[in-house]
Amino acid sequence: MILSPINIISSSVLLLLLSVAIVPLLKSNQRLLINTSFMLSSLASLLGIAGGVWAVGGGITNKLILPIGLPDLPFHLRVDPLAGFFITVICLLSFFVSLYSVGYIKGYLGRRPVTSLVIFYCIFLAGILMVVLADDALFFLIAWEVMAAASYFLVMFEDERIENRRAAFLYMIVAHVGAIAILLSFGIMAGLTTGFESFNGYTFDAMRQAEFPLKWATAAFLLAFFGFAAKAGVVPLHVWLPEAHPVAPSNVSALMSGVMLKTAIYGIVRVSFDLIRVFPWWWGAIVLILGLISAVMGVLYALMQHDLKRLLAYHSVENIGIILIGIGLSMIFTSFHMPLLSALALIAGLYHTMNHAVFKGLLFMGAGAVLHATDERNMEEMGGLIHRMPWTAALFLIGCVSISALPPFNGFVSEWLTFQAFLLSPALPSPLLKLLIPLGAALLALTGALAAACFVKAFGVTFLGHWRGHRNPRVHEADWFMRSGMILAALTCLLLGILPTLFIDWMDIIPEQLAGSKLRISAGEYNWMWLTPVAPERASYSGLIVFLGILLVVVAAYLVLHIRPGAIHRAPIWDCGFGKLNQRMQYNATSFSMPIRRIFGFLFNIKEQVKLTPRAVHKAFPKRLNYYLRIRDRFWNWLYKPVVEFSFRVSRKVGLLQQGRIQAYLIYSFITIIVLLVFSR
Amino acid sequence: MDINVVAQLNSFLAAFVLLTAFGMLVQRRMYGLVHLFAWQGLFLSINTAIVGFVAGKHHLYISSLLTLSLKVFLLPYILHVLIQRLKVHKEVEVVENVPMTMLMGIALVIFSYYLMSPVTQLSTLVTRSTLAVALATVMIGLLMMITRKHAVTQIIGFLAMENGLFFAATSATYGMPLVVELGVALDILIAAFIFGIFFFHIHTTFDSLDVDQMARLKEED
Repeated sequence: MILSPINIISSSVLLLLLSVAIVPLLKSNQRLLINTSFMLSSLASLLGIAGGVWAVGGGITNKLILPIGLPDLPFHLRVDPLAGFFITVICLLSFFVSLYSVGYIKGYLGRRPVTSLVIFYCIFLAGILMVVLADDALFFLIAWEVMAAASYFLVMFEDERIENRRAAFLYMIVAHVGAIAILLSFGIMAGLTTGFESFNGYTFDAMRQAEFPLKWATAAFLLAFFGFAAKAGVVPLHVWLPEAHPVAPSNVSALMSGVMLKTAIYGIVRVSFDLIRVFPWWWGAIVLILGLISAVMGVLYALMQHDLKRLLAYHSVENIGIILIGIGLSMIFTSFHMPLLSALALIAGLYHTMNHAVFKGLLFMGAGAVLHATDERNMEEMGGLIHRMPWTAALFLIGCVSISALPPFNGFVSEWLTFQAFLLSPALPSPLLKLLIPLGAALLALTGALAAACFVKAFGVTFLGHWRGHRNPRVHEADWFMRSGMILAALTCLLLGILPTLFIDWMDIIPEQLAGSKLRISAGEYNWMWLTPVAPERASYSGLIVFLGILLVVVAAYLVLHIRPGAIHRAPIWDCGFGKLNQRMQYNATSFSMPIRRIFGFLFNIKEQVKLTPRAVHKAFPKRLNYYLRIRDRFWNWLYKPVVEFSFRVSRKVGLLQQGRIQAYLIYSFITIIVLLVFSR
Repeated sequence: MDINVVAQLNSFLAAFVLLTAFGMLVQRRMYGLVHLFAWQGLFLSINTAIVGFVAGKHHLYISSLLTLSLKVFLLPYILHVLIQRLKVHKEVEVVENVPMTMLMGIALVIFSYYLMSPVTQLSTLVTRSTLAVALATVMIGLLMMITRKHAVTQIIGFLAMENGLFFAATSATYGMPLVVELGVALDILIAAFIFGIFFFHIHTTFDSLDVDQMARLKEED
């Protein structure tokens, strides 16, 4: 076999499928099963990273035709730099998560068999890789469904709980509605490529050659965008995300949020930039506006959550929004033939894709470690974990800093690039866009600030202070497998943050192929140190120098505080003479988000009740105070409830036809036949 | 043999097929039904052989033999055994409103002739005049399934419908290709077995073969 990126990546998929095949042999020894399968999948991920990095770095495009599938419709596989980039992102995170899973899944030993989890984990990873490898509509959809079905079973893993079943069902519905839209979109494109006489239009290669009339291209794009948006969790199609991510096992949520959502981003980029190629600016505007709405709504909903994993799930909505902002801007710039700016925005979007995969994976792994240790997802019941889980706390903090887009970590770089793209939009020829796009920049800034607030809350309430819970679980630090997965992810966050020029140099081939220009990232001397997207006098950033500066300040502050013994001493908290302070009186998640709830309350469906039980003496001396707060997604009532009710109503009407008598059914067919015969005579 | 004689014979046999179909529509006793079904099969088989002879299509002899062995001997035998095992041979099924059912059957025959008149005018086959009878047999089979309640009767209705289809194939195009006919014959045989199994299950579940009982399987709101 010739060594080439596509062969390496295909063998990675084969390795994953192989590890599914050996599961039955190891079923009786669950500990061995976990070790073997997850080690194999991390090996497969390493292979994938190698292939992906090579494909992007060398700018290589490989194709492969597999003679399986339907007769005359073989599967086409292709690796180009875009696919290579997404494969790198996917395999990078799946490598970390597979290592982490070795430790994490052992927590289930003795409680329930993990065979199904292992099987579907490997199929899920293979499915994701196949989606990116696919070069024809048929294989793409098959891989897409394999991915959806495997993740359905993963969400369903702890199926004795009703919330898991409900979340998995909701996820399945949304995934299928999306898949139908994608199928229709490919159908339109294939039909326009070769007409409906021949099937050859189903390959992406044929679609790349075709010219689509604007009307049909728009229909295809909108359908595809709808389908991919349902998978990515773009507002208002996001409702399945905060249900499914919290209930899945944490390693799976890390993959679903970090990687699976990215396949939708891949799909959007593939369909718009690669298959349709020519599009009007308002397609980009749709993507941009939905991205902005997702970013702002996602972070606002995240702020209201007190379930750690649910909070992270809403942050996925936000980050998908930020990625789509980059992609949407790039589409707008492309349609106005501004390749350099388009390259900038595309790089910003793709860089954020990679960053989000890494830091969201890290955060979900951290949340999983907390869940593993405390058996608790509700932040209100946590606190002070930094003392018992110092490693997890430090690593989770790195994730928090990264996602809050603070230097020197990676989130900052991509959001900074997105801002640069925003700030250059006055170059656009349309006055309307000139006016509106800066508003988007303001919303993005708001998102960043709110995200920071949200992670101050998430980290502060979970790890700082004292234990708030009623139960007293024996909290233990994560084991070395889990720690190594998180440490590698944290290091990657740092590397992506301080050496962005290296990575952007590596992936610069993608905008060259899709948007028609490279991003000249660096100018002047020390060019690997300074990230200069447009011109040095306009804006430049050096992650390394910022990192060194921050390190210097931190070291100095540490030395100042710790060099003298006795500069820090512990004392009881001053309680204003009240004398009855307990840990339930700490700042908690609900109280932290209160101000924001007051300002943005109109966006939520909030039910707040305060019930005072007065003492007999006087009502100024309350005996107990009950506070009840329920926050719901407004979109559920606006969009989903009517659909659900409508389908129930229709089903009930149709159900009347069903008499349960065979004769009745026969009469239906009889009448149908007679009527058809009369009309067709 | 003279072509006119063949056409006469063909029409004559078609009349018998229709007659047996009407007979099955109102026959109340189980054994009577099975016998009528066997007779219908016999007429079909003879008809197929004659058509095969006059059209010079030798594969029709094979399908004629198949019909003879399957529909005249094997299927009636299976039904016979089924009726005995299920101990329903003494049951007399209540057929409601016999005149009305007969009238509907006649209406269907007229309707079939009306439907087939354009085809009959265009066709040049010897058997063209029996096409309407074939269609009528199919529809009467369906009507029988609708008006009867006993599960065994339903199956005989279904098989009668299949007889009609076979008849239609013979009269419209001198029979289907042999492969198709072999496949259909196999299907019928397997269907008979499956029905047999189902009857036992229905019988043990509901202690009756009245298909109205199955209305209880409906989901309640």
